[in-house]
Amino acid sequence: MSIVAYLVAYTAIVVFLGAVFARIMAYKRLPQHVRWELYPVAHEAKRAEWGGGYLEEVDWWKKKREVSLFGEMKVMIPEILLLKGVWEHNKSLWWVSFPFHFGLYVLAGFAGLLIFGAILHAAGISMFPGAGGTAGLMIAVTSIVGPVGFVLCAVGALGLGLRRLTNIELRNYSSVGHYFNLALFLVTVSVALYTWRTVDPEFHTMRGFVYSLLTFKFIKFESSLFATQMILIFVLLAYIPLTHMSHFFMKYFLWHDIRWGDEPNIDNPETNRRIGEALGQPVSWAAEHIHADGKKNWVEVASYNPMRPDGSEPE
Amino acid sequence: MSNKFVRITDISKDTPQLAHVDNADLMPLPIDVEEPAWGEISEATREDFACILDDTAILPIPKPKTPAEQKAFVEKFLSGMEKLFTAENNWTFLAQLVTTMDHCAKCNTCSQACHIYEASGENEMYRPTYRTEVFRRIYKKHIKGEMWSDWRNGKIDLTWQAVARLGELAYRCNLCRRCAQTCPIGADNGLVAREIRKIFSQEMGITTPELHKNGSMLQLKSGSSTNMNSLVVKDNMEFIDEDISEITGYEYETPWDVEGAEILLIHNAGEILAWPDNVGAFGIILEAAKKAGIIRSWTLSSDLAAYDSINYGVFYDDVQYARTALLHANAAKKLNVDKIVLGECGHAHKALTVIADRVLPQELLTPRESCFPLLREIVMSGKIDFDPSRNDFPVTIHDPCNVTRLMGIIKPQRDIVKKLCPQFREMVPHGVHNYCCGGGSGFAIMTRNNIPDWRHKVAGRKKLTQILDAFGDCRGPETPKYVCAPCSNCKGQIRDIFDRYEMKEKESLIYSGLVELIVNAMTEVKEGFIKWEDEF
Ligand code: SF4
Ligand code: SF4
Repeated sequence: MSIVAYLVAYTAIVVFLGAVFARIMAYKRLPQHVRWELYPVAHEAKRAEWGGGYLEEVDWWKKKREVSLFGEMKVMIPEILLLKGVWEHNKSLWWVSFPFHFGLYVLAGFAGLLIFGAILHAAGISMFPGAGGTAGLMIAVTSIVGPVGFVLCAVGALGLGLRRLTNIELRNYSSVGHYFNLALFLVTVSVALYTWRTVDPEFHTMRGFVYSLLTFKFIKFESSLFATQMILIFVLLAYIPLTHMSHFFMKYFLWHDIRWGDEPNIDNPETNRRIGEALGQPVSWAAEHIHADGKKNWVEVASYNPMRPDGSEPE
Repeated sequence: MSNKFVRITDISKDTPQLAHVDNADLMPLPIDVEEPAWGEISEATREDFACILDDTAILPIPKPKTPAEQKAFVEKFLSGMEKLFTAENNWTFLAQLVTTMDHCAKCNTCSQACHIYEASGENEMYRPTYRTEVFRRIYKKHIKGEMWSDWRNGKIDLTWQAVARLGELAYRCNLCRRCAQTCPIGADNGLVAREIRKIFSQEMGITTPELHKNGSMLQLKSGSSTNMNSLVVKDNMEFIDEDISEITGYEYETPWDVEGAEILLIHNAGEILAWPDNVGAFGIILEAAKKAGIIRSWTLSSDLAAYDSINYGVFYDDVQYARTALLHANAAKKLNVDKIVLGECGHAHKALTVIADRVLPQELLTPRESCFPLLREIVMSGKIDFDPSRNDFPVTIHDPCNVTRLMGIIKPQRDIVKKLCPQFREMVPHGVHNYCCGGGSGFAIMTRNNIPDWRHKVAGRKKLTQILDAFGDCRGPETPKYVCAPCSNCKGQIRDIFDRYEMKEKESLIYSGLVELIVNAMTEVKEGFIKWEDEF
């Protein structure tokens, strides 16, 4: 069972990284889209306070644009960490969505602590139970953070599932896939909680597992419950970026590139190149007024006036 | 009886109508009014067109009658949908569309933001996610071909009824994108409505006559959706110049086709016919600014389409959009002006200032700006005298979505009214979080069938409520009140809601633009530019 768990873990890491990379590349390969920004645009420095932007200025193209990274942080941090938007517009859902998402952030921190602990151990600092100093502190913190994350996530997954099932409006938009996803989370974190309570109270075995993954020095472990837990966790890890839950990183592009993508084209060579590329593509829309044939490109189609094909001016 | 709740799968069913909006379910208004029943849709219309969504009919979809026609109808839709997801046919919006398809969490957080959903009494078919969800299920199953799609994404039967209703549903959205503003992921249900409209127009050739035949096509033919060619428009403007000069005692003449001018001003030509005071007020302000040395020169262009800023393609068709934007840009290039300034028309602002930015080649990108910052500069310059006591009546501002939420132009118009209107008050919410007037995306110009019923009592309901609430301290006919709506389409919609609910009679409410308020306060101009008596 230990070998299976290690194999699943490595495969899952590859799938996870590959899926994240593939999704980002698929987005990056999309053609340049037209500007479609939506205010408030958080980086618009002081103007973001009232939802304004640089277009409020006369001769805006002659002026230096102020772009505030701090302004973006001020919006993104509460949005990501606290789900501020859901709190403001969908409070009843927030009570279950927040523990779920926050639980996942806590678990990401927990994974970080385990990796850090494994690195310390590899560096010769004992991470065995009873260790003192930094190692002891790490063990103590990990022992608190892990269960907190599992509990929050379990409460959230259960709450989200129940809400989807009991609220007819949400149920209308839910597929079997939704329930499956939430059930997978619930089962995984429940098994993890049970494993922690019964066989791995200080996450010593889990840290050892992470150590083995990092150093390729594989430690055999006895508990099949522990192995089941690790298999579930890594299957889940691989599964997330394959679903709509990839929004956890794709949100960056939706917000930065589309919603806040207000960069004007003031003779930007790269933008101009991409516009040229886009306009050179053939159009095959079939409606009569388009006058496309699958060969004419966008420049030709857009320059054609179906009401004045000869280019004449009205009398 | 209303049937407010409909399932996603109901859209595919062979039923006469998906859902009905009952007057009893409508969001209450802050006035005592008995809503009349829905107007009838004629038998002939019902016979020829698929009127199977709700109580009205906006998109004239020829009803496919035989099984073969029905099959062809669905296949045509699918072929359009397939093109919509290709880079060559939809490079303009592919990124926004694909991310919305793939990342929505189905949390319904966006629902409460939608004035149409709220005003209808939360009728499920108007929920921002309803049409998107149907569209998404079709896309995942039939275009993307996802394995186990029913299981992963939910079931959908691709019947002709589903396609026809989806097309109609795309015309139950103002494209105001207030829903998108609240989405924690960044998905955009307003965009999806527009993309569906594109399939119907660009692939199936099914459009609303107001936006297409009598809109963008007429503009390409005669230069304006008003059907005014350049001679007629010049004639009309000359008449307005004379009339307004006489009324105001301020002599000015609109300059045409001035090469090398600093500003090419483009109005929504509808103003020239429906609200000539607006174009007249612009003339006075720009002439005064020129005399005061704030601007160097300005001009209008008589080139094809260059005297009408409308670009209805923004609402339904990328190709029609590009054709019109190209005409506007070419006119500016020909005159070699320093910049284009858009008059009081929201969608024209967005079309030419923002969207054109990544559509037109660099050599055609004459700088474009909104009229509002320029008007603020003129009003705040201290070089023109104003008497705010001339505007001493309650005033509120309606924010056109295209100018505020979609362009971030919030403060200039407020700085002006705060300076010139002592009794200015805001609506709640306002600015970037405003509500659409209900006329957005083309509805303001639609009067066929019983469309006005829908756009007044559903789409416009929230705006009317907001306006009345803003004047909560001076309700009733005794106090004349002014709604500043600096956008042609918004004005058209507000005019019609006021008529329907007798707001002039019952509340002494009038609406008009921003430039009218500016000229009304100019001391160089005879008092009384805003003619209340004409309104009552
Ligand atoms: S569009 Fe956004 S807010 Fe609306 S359901 Fe989808 S994820 Fe939630
Ligand atoms: S774009 Fe506006 S009208 Fe359309 S669904 Fe969203 S909020 Fe409603």
